Amino acid sequence: MPAISLAKAPQPAATNPAQIRNFCIIAHIDHGKSTLADRMLGITEVVEARNMRAQYLDRMDIERERGITIKSQAVRLPWRSGLDGQEYILNMIDTPGHVDFTYEVSRSLAACEGAVLLVDCAQGIEAQTLANLYLAMENNLTIIPVLNKIDLPNAQPEKFAAELAKLIGCQPEDCLRVSGKTGDGVAELLDQIIAQIPAPKGDANAPARALIFDSVYDSYRGVVTYVRVIDGHLSPREQIQMFSTGVRHEALEVGVISPEPVASKGLGVGEVGYLITGVKDVRQSRVGDTITTYNNPTKVALAGYKDPKPMVFSGLFPLDGADFPVLREALDKLQLNDAALVYEPESSAALGFGFRCGFLGLLHMEIVRERLEREHKLNLISTAPNVVYNVIMDDGKEIRVTNPSEFPEGKVETVFEPIVKSTILAPSDFIGTIMELCQERRGILLGMDYISEDRVEIRYDLPLAEIVFDFFDQLKSRTKGYASLDYEEKGDAQGNLVKVDILLQGEAVDAFSAIVHRDKAYAYGVMMTGKLRELIPRQQFEVPIQAAIGSRIIARESIRAIRKDVLAKCYGGDISRKRKLLEKQKEGKKRMKMVGRVEVPQEAFVAALATDADIEKVKAARKAGQ
Amino acid sequence: MTLSFYVHIPYCIKRCGYCDFNTYTPSELQDGATLEIVSNDYIDAVLKELDAAPKDQVPTIFFGGGTPSLLPADDLGRVIAAIKARNGLTSDCEITLEANPDSVTKEKLERYLEVGFNRISFGMQSAKPHVLAVLDRTHNPVNVKRAVDMARAVGFKSISVDLIYGTPGESLDDWRESVQEALDLDIDHISAYALIVETGTKLAAQIKRGDLTMPDDDLMADMYLLVDEMCEERGLRWYELSNWSKPSHECRHNIAYWENKNWWGLGPGAHSHVDGKRFWNVKHPNAYKEKLFSSQSPIHESEDLTSEQKAREGIMLGIRMRDGLQISLLEPHQLELLGTYRENGYIELRDDRVLLTPVGRLIADRIVREITF
Repeated sequence: MPAISLAKAPQPAATNPAQIRNFCIIAHIDHGKSTLADRMLGITEVVEARNMRAQYLDRMDIERERGITIKSQAVRLPWRSGLDGQEYILNMIDTPGHVDFTYEVSRSLAACEGAVLLVDCAQGIEAQTLANLYLAMENNLTIIPVLNKIDLPNAQPEKFAAELAKLIGCQPEDCLRVSGKTGDGVAELLDQIIAQIPAPKGDANAPARALIFDSVYDSYRGVVTYVRVIDGHLSPREQIQMFSTGVRHEALEVGVISPEPVASKGLGVGEVGYLITGVKDVRQSRVGDTITTYNNPTKVALAGYKDPKPMVFSGLFPLDGADFPVLREALDKLQLNDAALVYEPESSAALGFGFRCGFLGLLHMEIVRERLEREHKLNLISTAPNVVYNVIMDDGKEIRVTNPSEFPEGKVETVFEPIVKSTILAPSDFIGTIMELCQERRGILLGMDYISEDRVEIRYDLPLAEIVFDFFDQLKSRTKGYASLDYEEKGDAQGNLVKVDILLQGEAVDAFSAIVHRDKAYAYGVMMTGKLRELIPRQQFEVPIQAAIGSRIIARESIRAIRKDVLAKCYGGDISRKRKLLEKQKEGKKRMKMVGRVEVPQEAFVAALATDADIEKVKAARKAGQ
Repeated sequence: MTLSFYVHIPYCIKRCGYCDFNTYTPSELQDGATLEIVSNDYIDAVLKELDAAPKDQVPTIFFGGGTPSLLPADDLGRVIAAIKARNGLTSDCEITLEANPDSVTKEKLERYLEVGFNRISFGMQSAKPHVLAVLDRTHNPVNVKRAVDMARAVGFKSISVDLIYGTPGESLDDWRESVQEALDLDIDHISAYALIVETGTKLAAQIKRGDLTMPDDDLMADMYLLVDEMCEERGLRWYELSNWSKPSHECRHNIAYWENKNWWGLGPGAHSHVDGKRFWNVKHPNAYKEKLFSSQSPIHESEDLTSEQKAREGIMLGIRMRDGLQISLLEPHQLELLGTYRENGYIELRDDRVLLTPVGRLIADRIVREITF
């Protein structure tokens, strides 16, 4: 077997860079990356067979359940090449596969010299993989095209080999064929990684320079910083320094992941590993920063990354107002590990105290919310997600709006909204459907190319707000799930946008305000007023529900006054039963929010703002609480 | 202090589809048994329970059920006589019998009068056969007039009928006809109840299956306002949420409940209230008899009311009555909450009292919940 036992393999801090290969795997969510990674851990014998479990590298429950990778991982794999019989160290740097986590991908890419482009040969390449592939090519990484799942009965390796060859500019026969499931072709893939991907280059005698490509908070050990050493050397008990801030720390421990953390004597040129300094906040160990040594600092920083910028905002409110401090603590804790998460306290007249949170995208939002609920036992209401608007007033004043209720009154000159450049890959049968959807969503067609005879790449500029609304769900349902979507920021553009307020008894309810295109304002108003009429119980007086742009009413409904709320009979045995019933109903009333003089049940907010799944959850919680 | 008595007769020949009262058909209690067999020693058990009651003088006795008129007058008379012998009755003691219009005859009614009854309440429910059919009521509507006339003829001084509104399929006009027919009987008292769908009843199952549809709250409200208007027009004054009477024909027994007087319920599942303590008996007639015949207390559970609970009950019950609540008993914040209800016409303040208007009575629970709970 070409595996080498860890003890006999080249040791960290003592490995010749020529023996090192750093690579990542670019793949779409369900194209089998984690299974392939598991297989690599197995055949290199870094994980003993009896300790093996599925998706070994995915640490969070959510990662395993959803089959997605959120945080990167870097694993050191010793391997003896079947081609030249030499010993090598392979550093596999795991990458997330979702558009929201593109910034994580770009970090991983910067730590590598090559990338395995992994494509399910029953499905073909997906839009997000394509985007990451382009990113890797821009970074001058060596690309190794690999078709996975060749064991599947509906595999079409020839078709998709042609597709990959066209995209990368290689020959179809250059595509390797593997099965992560059976292990077929995996040893050959490792050999090809060694053969094709260049060894890292660096100056062992220069001042140390290491790139931070991830930073993870561990409740026992504090922040664990993942680095790729470019020049020089990092050793334990050495004073290290963050280039950007000049802050000095002691490297308490330096080591490699294989695939559990193993302390080492250090890390040399080209090596990938971790260091622990005892800091408690990932922001002190900023991803993209350069680490150098205090005694012999470098003068030139490595090219870092752009800070990830929140694109989607939503208010998170605890269902039970008393949970507000718990939510704050939970967010603080999550942020230790997720520098992309931003939040600030927000108070809503309707929903009480909560936080306005910024996310990278919808999946990021969902994951954060799920972690808050699962790991911190919170029950949350989230407001409909929105993007960031830049509003220019006619006096030239510029206002950044992350919450529709903050949209300024008064004379608005222009409103800018974020635009994304989106790429959609789909079977060519769906071109018409997709174009129709994109037109409805204010898209501007940029171009279209056939990537194979029956698959097409369509490019559109779309307002991010449309994507945040329900574009992806619509795209999936209208193309029977075949289309895939990727998008990247493309700056702001002027939009004909207005704020629609929803008024209950003449009072605007902040949680229901929305910024929408002027042409869609009426439809939004009619939809929301209609929904609320169904959801809000009758009160002691008639309650008008209005949708308004400024002072102009565009839609109106009304909830008629309540007529009957009484039990007719109240005799001997009924009395204590009735008293208990009223006590219980009063409890239910506590879950009402007062909007002016109108009682609105929390369910109404949830149902009006949230997804069906949310509504089910709230119902279930109610039932359990009864 | 006085002590009113409720006597529960837990038997019916047939269970009505909407009813969830503590009542049983003879065969439910004992396979193939007749009423005579299952009720044979029932009065003995009731009299045993009576031994535990306080000995205060008795202003009212009410026989309810079930169908009390199924039992012979002599059986019921034994209970009245026993209460009279050990407690003494006030000179104007009101003694009510709930009766099924089908199960009375002139002879039976005379006998009831002889053993002490002076008030009778017939379960009329509706004058419309299609409504009675949905309710599972077996009586023929024409029997109601016959029964009321007979009761008056033999000498009952106070006659009441019960009506139910809001039965699936009942229109506002149906209801108007039923109320009209009841008023034309020239009775002294009407109780009109909105139909409540109780879980576990046949009616609830029919509604769940979609075979029947309950009327909406607006129709129910209109029906209530209609009966109120028609009764008042005929000189039957509203005196409690669901009750109207000619002057001095109010049901004093029920008023004792609503004024939180002391009362004792005899029979399975019957509730009692004595000096701020509530307690109630085991529910099943067989278990009830068993307890008493083995000299055990039939009390199943009890609760001592806190002063807060007493105050809440006071408001909950008081607000349903003609004289409403005394303003001085309410806290300033409660009065403040009542402010919008007054503006919207649900309550009025008269002299030193808070009174529900007819539309206010329809949302009495909401108001009580808001100010007390």
